[in-house]
Amino acid sequence: MTTTAPAPTTARAAGSWRGFGRLLRTETAVWLRDFAAPFFGILFPTVILLGVGLAIPGMRDPITDAPPDSVWYGLTPVATYLPTVLAMAVGTASLTVMPVTIATYREKGVLRRLSTTPMRPQGIVVAHLVINAVTTVVGAALALVVGQLVFGFVAPEQLGVVVLSFVLGMAAMFTLGMLVAAVAPRASAANAIAMSLYFPMLLLAGLWTPGPIMPEVLRQIGQFTPLGAAAQSMTTAWFEQGFPLLQLVVMAVWSAVALPVAIRLFRWS
Amino acid sequence: MAQPIVEVRNLRKTYGDKVAVDDVSFAVEPGEIFGILGPNGAGKTTTVETLAGLRHADGGTVRVLGIDTQRNPGAVRDHLGVQLQEAALHDKITVGEALRLFAAFYDDPADPGELLELLDLTPHAGVQFARLSGGQRQRLSIALALVGNPRVAILDELTTGLDPQARRSTWDLVERVRDTGVTILLVTHFMDEAERLCDRLVVIDGGRVVAEGTPAGLIDGLESERTVVVRFAPDEAARARGVLDALAARHPDVLRVDDAGAATEVAVTGTRRVLFAVVPALAEADLVPEDVRTVTKSLEDVFLAVTGRQYDPQATDTEQLEGARS
Repeated sequence: MTTTAPAPTTARAAGSWRGFGRLLRTETAVWLRDFAAPFFGILFPTVILLGVGLAIPGMRDPITDAPPDSVWYGLTPVATYLPTVLAMAVGTASLTVMPVTIATYREKGVLRRLSTTPMRPQGIVVAHLVINAVTTVVGAALALVVGQLVFGFVAPEQLGVVVLSFVLGMAAMFTLGMLVAAVAPRASAANAIAMSLYFPMLLLAGLWTPGPIMPEVLRQIGQFTPLGAAAQSMTTAWFEQGFPLLQLVVMAVWSAVALPVAIRLFRWS
Repeated sequence: MAQPIVEVRNLRKTYGDKVAVDDVSFAVEPGEIFGILGPNGAGKTTTVETLAGLRHADGGTVRVLGIDTQRNPGAVRDHLGVQLQEAALHDKITVGEALRLFAAFYDDPADPGELLELLDLTPHAGVQFARLSGGQRQRLSIALALVGNPRVAILDELTTGLDPQARRSTWDLVERVRDTGVTILLVTHFMDEAERLCDRLVVIDGGRVVAEGTPAGLIDGLESERTVVVRFAPDEAARARGVLDALAARHPDVLRVDDAGAATEVAVTGTRRVLFAVVPALAEADLVPEDVRTVTKSLEDVFLAVTGRQYDPQATDTEQLEGARS
């Protein structure tokens, strides 16, 4: 067939990333207008850390009822709470904010509208991964800095393993968040699914029973969940000597299994 | 005739055992406003969404600018602007931000400032989407469809929910856009909108094309019955009715006489020459009409003629099915 109308010259497969920078900037600006999302992602971990450390009696008194040769002896309880707070920073943006944002966009037809333009609809998903990943890092950093100034913490025993645990924890939780975003037909459903995962995960990450005081049964269950594994592995790396192999493998497996499932199940409209 | 800019051949699309589009074919010439008209659920939206590469066809071919959009939907996106039925933006994005954002996706975008001006949106550039009125949202939606400087724009139900004044200004706008050289595919269930705007159109019903042509051509093509409505003074209406009934009984050009709604009005239906029969009969009986008007045919009469039923814009439930799936 010959065309007299000059046909488009390039036959790109399916969309491009042209304008992604603008997309990321615009999405960030619009996202910042929602008070709740930035607040929970960035300030919540710090607020919890300060609340626990300042409001609960005894949290700043060194532990003396542990055996003197234990790693916990002499630490403050609020310090043992730190890995939990970092895990919470990871869980909040990935599970409560991002899936709801993406499900809302699907429900409103934003993803579908985007598929009619040269921009891939994946662009907006990636933009929100970036926004929430940065939020997580900023939220965690803020909690660390403020916590250090207010309470003073010991330096991590194995800094590299702490960082590795944090990164793998992010990978596992963001993959899980993407799975929620993939299967939730509406924003309300995404919110319901996310919340019913978020609170048990906070429990298993030690929000109510951090580090050394976590009951054994919770610890056993928690090590197989992404957020519980993240908190345990950071606790081990921060205060102890061993290598948290099981927990790191658990997080890697969660990511490796959930990611292809999320991609496969993801619906654009 | 120039190469069609949009070409649909024997398109078919089903959802399970529900046939949304049965067999639709049409071709759009460059520079025209081409209408796809039909009741809700006729398959209009499915047709254009398949055309835009958003849905997979079960059969037939769709081409835009010579490119098969089923095989290679990405290749036309730079040149095809689409306005979908539902509003689709974040509540807190402003008009200006949305336009600049969408402009960034295209190879050769229009100037967002000029588009704002064209669509009377300049005063609202800083307003967030959630705070826009229905008409403003619709204009923004059109602006977003045009921001890539498309060669073809699909506008789907663009005046639904607008007040009469906003509808008319939207119509003016569509004509202005066409005058800039953009070929427009207009999906609508409003007969008056299609009649007013479209250079050519197809009427779709039950997933099939039931009529195709220019609005005037379709109306002229109706069988040649004409109706004249004559209004008389109240004290003469009864006598006039008698005279006209008698005329219908004897004159070959007068087929029947009906009530025309008001007690003083009589509707006379006949051949194209019916008026020539009515006027001398009235003159002979010295009945001076207060008013004479010929009943204008519209696309609704075309629809009635080709489908055998009155046009009901809310006819079937396929659209709801589509809604549930999207």
